[in-house]
Amino acid sequence: MSDTTALRTQRARITAVTSGKGGVGKTFVSSNLAAALARRGERVLVLDADLGLANLDVVLNLYPKITLHDVFTGKHRLEDAIVPVAGGFSVLLAGSGMVEYSRLTPEVRDQLLQTIEAVTPQFDRVLLDTGAGISDVVLYTVSLAHDVLVVTTPEPTAMTDAYATIKVLATTQARRALQLVVNQVLKPGEGRTIRGQLQLVIDRYVSPGLDAPVKLDFLGELPVDPAVREAVQRRQLLLELYPGSPAAQAMIALAARVAQ
Amino acid sequence: MSASPPPPAESKLPAAAAAPASAALNVDAALSLLRQSGHEPPAGPVGSAAWLQNLIDALCELSSRDALTGLANRRHFEMVLAREIDRVARAGEPALLLLLDLDHFKGVNDNHGHAAGDLVLKAVAEALLECVRPMDTVARIGGEEFAIVLPNCPPAFGPTVAERVRTRVERRPVTIGLTEKISVTVSVGGAFAPQWVRSSVRLWLERADLQLYNAKTSGRNRAVFEPAAVSLVTAEEKGLLFGTSYSEHDDDQESRDGPA
Repeated sequence: MSDTTALRTQRARITAVTSGKGGVGKTFVSSNLAAALARRGERVLVLDADLGLANLDVVLNLYPKITLHDVFTGKHRLEDAIVPVAGGFSVLLAGSGMVEYSRLTPEVRDQLLQTIEAVTPQFDRVLLDTGAGISDVVLYTVSLAHDVLVVTTPEPTAMTDAYATIKVLATTQARRALQLVVNQVLKPGEGRTIRGQLQLVIDRYVSPGLDAPVKLDFLGELPVDPAVREAVQRRQLLLELYPGSPAAQAMIALAARVAQ
Repeated sequence: MSASPPPPAESKLPAAAAAPASAALNVDAALSLLRQSGHEPPAGPVGSAAWLQNLIDALCELSSRDALTGLANRRHFEMVLAREIDRVARAGEPALLLLLDLDHFKGVNDNHGHAAGDLVLKAVAEALLECVRPMDTVARIGGEEFAIVLPNCPPAFGPTVAERVRTRVERRPVTIGLTEKISVTVSVGGAFAPQWVRSSVRLWLERADLQLYNAKTSGRNRAVFEPAAVSLVTAEEKGLLFGTSYSEHDDDQESRDGPA
């Protein structure tokens, strides 16, 4: 996606965080990556685009008064729904009343597009925390992003769903470069091995027949770390609670690569 | 049409009727183009704004048609395709693209001459027009290549339409000369635009073209459709992803490796 260079100085770089399978730590990655990027001086917004099953508020222990739902229904202005959080970034929450938006009607699409267009001038980066699966809402949300960050774990089901996501994005959205984060790795280097394995299958089954090969960039891995569990249970950011933990350090390294 | 003589320079714009700007315009070539292609001269007082508008409209119409068959030409077809991609992204209505290629057309030209080939192309164009709705666009996009864009076409109807087109061409022998009849068949490749997602003209064409290729290589005179957009991960892909060897001795291997 090289057509945005001119805009980059004025408008946020939009990165979709997606996974295929749920429960691989997508929202954990989005929120802590946002905190790590904020530490680097970026103005970051995390948009909870998981319209059907939003949980960024749960992860961050927020009780938002105003959500995207209120913006969509015209009760509140968008500015009032953008909430600064402890990690030094802002969030825009879907809110639990969004179940009716889990189906992608033209209204939802237009509202989502308008929302993103309205927020991009105010931030350096917008992270779109998408829902799980490869639904039309997820595909649409991802189609709005410059970059796609795929989160997986070493679990076979997670890898299979990550592969399916990459395949669909490559064939239906002409994505030729995607980024991979491997969460919950048991031993160092496991993430890189998984990337290699995914790339192998992509080269064999996805790239042939396309105009250009699909490249999966390895962005980094996050180790299994008791500190993560602790932070999640206490509903706080890992980077706030245990900034020195191995997973937090890995997240900081990840942010450095994202910012490049 | 290539044999037509250069146009006689006979059109004169009455100076009184012409606006100052149009008086200086040389429209002779445009008028003779229209005449040559069988169009009526533009309506309205010669040189008036309405007359010029009609002339421009007629030229636009002319530049969007295929000279031999009267179908939309490639330029117009690509414009329709781009418009349809916009509409599908906005409204989510499924749209189908069919690419058609006459089977063994070179043989027609070689055995019966190019005049016969032209007759066949015209007959096929008529057959295609008979098979579609007024809202659909039928185009000739290459020598013996045709395309049909079908807006708002539910996926279940795709194969029905393609089959109708295929049989219509097959059952319509073309009379050449006095008595000789030749039958032609057509191979069809179909792909739906991904709903809600902004595709590109090139990508959509590429996908339909791949299916056309599949129709050709699997024996011609048939219609082949792209499998459902959200493709699942096959056993072979999983095998490669997780390093299992999927040889013909699969079962043996599984039973051998199972207890390990």
